[in-house]
Amino acid sequence: MAARHKSVETKYMEDRDAALRGLRGLDRRTFLKVLAASAGAVMAKSLMPPHTFQLVEVANAAPDKAASAAGLAGQPPFTFAYISDTHLYPRTLNQRFVRGAVKAVEDVNALDPQPDFVLFGGDLAQLGRREELDLGRQILAEVKAPVKMMVGEHDWFYDLGDTWQEMFGPPNYSFDWKDVHVVVLMSVHEKDFWTARKMTPAERMHTVAGLDNGIQSRFEVGDDERKWLSDDLAKVPHTTPLLVFSHSPLYKYYRNWNFWTDDAEQVQAILKPYKHVTVIHGHTHQMLYNQIGNISFYGMLSTAWPWPYAPTGLPPLTVQMNRADPFDQFDGLGDGQVTVRPDGLADKIYNLWDRNPVSVKADYLVSHGKTARPPAPQFASY
Amino acid sequence: MTRRSIALATAAGFAAILAGVTSAPRAPRAQQAASPLPVHQAPSSKDGGVVVMLCDGKTSMEVKGLKTGESMSHAQAIEVTRELMAQWQREHPNEKWEMAQAGQPSPPLPASPAASAANAKAYGAKPPSKGMQQGDTYASFTDRDYKVWKNETDNFVAEGKQLFHDGAALGGTIGVSCDMCHPDASNTHPETYPKYQVQLQKVALLRDMIDWCIENPVKGKALDPNDPKLRALEAYILAQRKGVPLDYGKH
Repeated sequence: MAARHKSVETKYMEDRDAALRGLRGLDRRTFLKVLAASAGAVMAKSLMPPHTFQLVEVANAAPDKAASAAGLAGQPPFTFAYISDTHLYPRTLNQRFVRGAVKAVEDVNALDPQPDFVLFGGDLAQLGRREELDLGRQILAEVKAPVKMMVGEHDWFYDLGDTWQEMFGPPNYSFDWKDVHVVVLMSVHEKDFWTARKMTPAERMHTVAGLDNGIQSRFEVGDDERKWLSDDLAKVPHTTPLLVFSHSPLYKYYRNWNFWTDDAEQVQAILKPYKHVTVIHGHTHQMLYNQIGNISFYGMLSTAWPWPYAPTGLPPLTVQMNRADPFDQFDGLGDGQVTVRPDGLADKIYNLWDRNPVSVKADYLVSHGKTARPPAPQFASY
Repeated sequence: MTRRSIALATAAGFAAILAGVTSAPRAPRAQQAASPLPVHQAPSSKDGGVVVMLCDGKTSMEVKGLKTGESMSHAQAIEVTRELMAQWQREHPNEKWEMAQAGQPSPPLPASPAASAANAKAYGAKPPSKGMQQGDTYASFTDRDYKVWKNETDNFVAEGKQLFHDGAALGGTIGVSCDMCHPDASNTHPETYPKYQVQLQKVALLRDMIDWCIENPVKGKALDPNDPKLRALEAYILAQRKGVPLDYGKH
């Protein structure tokens, strides 16, 4: 019985082991052919934590050839890693989410070479309490690379950002990294739904924390911050690649769960004059990517729990990740790395824990799915 | 509540069952405590026995040999309620118990199937379309009945929704509730059960998976299959998949 019926997770691990065994059996010449045929595996070279992706070892065989094949012309790529959506409760209440956050920190610390920086994608806390944010700050203090912080709604709506800003500074800011202009947005403002209902701060936070709680408002960047963004970009030439971080997706996926930013079109309009724009967002806890005009979007994985794909609105370019196995705490979760290429496009690796990582190429997005399609899932959404 | 009134309520309950009336609209549990049901005053006993009353608040009889504080046997209670209903029917020879209970003016009993259909129509029942059978039980339900049933069902689903969003109510200890992984009960796919659940190594029903989730991610205590909380959770989850075809065994 046990031999015939396997969990999704077991099946994965067996498939992966079989593939790796097969690779080890190849002679060098055949192996190089395999390498050339699978740019994805090659791009992953030395970006994978070895304990989650053993191909790294063999993929080092022909790094220069691989790099030139991918059009990098030998230039060093600029890489960063991310950890997102840890949703920490106080340590005394919930150890499960602490384990996820710590595991992600270990992952990024194991990267060799180290990423230029680590983005934290928001929702450090579950209910915005000081104790939760402080626990998150302690865990992230272990990250070796510099950490760039972004705020999420779970961090914000208990005290409207007071504690978070006291700990981490302003929620929106920008900086230049190598030849790229980087913008971090606070995209989860909500119109006041709490005053008229005489809600306490705890009730307001609890309402926002409920993904399917329809009482709350929709996320928005808002007039003031859009003005700030326009002003910030006024000095940036349109040929400069832009990298934008937002907690909510800067497009409209599914309104009922706030997989959504209400003024997304207006933000996209501000970004439109730029040749290459990459938006990396949190909140959706799933493999998710999209292309709208000149803007490529990548969603980040969570370390706390995965979310199902919404019933409607999934961007057609997104290839779903396999359904998460509820019996495996870490399945469907993870962290990731992004390589910003010299041409300004960004490739993304979804480092799914206990699974093979999935590499999504900018080429796939900008070609609108004509090349480099990521592998299809065996078990998509019900 | 006195012993007497308990016996009274029991008898009335039997009468209602015997007459086959549908239950009246019931407020959610929380509100029930706030607004007690009306209490009818039974006439005092002549012989020192217990007086029981029908739920019309008028028809009553004395149970011979039953003293205050004593309970009737089941057989005796059935006999007493039968006698009460017979007495009511003698006093209202031309009325139907359902109409009287609904507070509607009681029409005379119909003499023919055609009259029955007309009668049902007058009280909001759907007129049978051509070729439909007439005069049976279902044809006599009224719009009010349908509203009552919908309210009852929606309240049950709402109770489930509340539990689905409250881990502590399920005995959870780590702040995790069902909705955190399953917003709007998504990815619960109740239509795929029963199916062989590989991780459990057995064929599972939806309730087995609900209990698994309560015990594991939620860190509560698994519920008995008849626990009202488990039934309400099932109701909420199923209600979210209205219209999705049943597809048992699907993986």
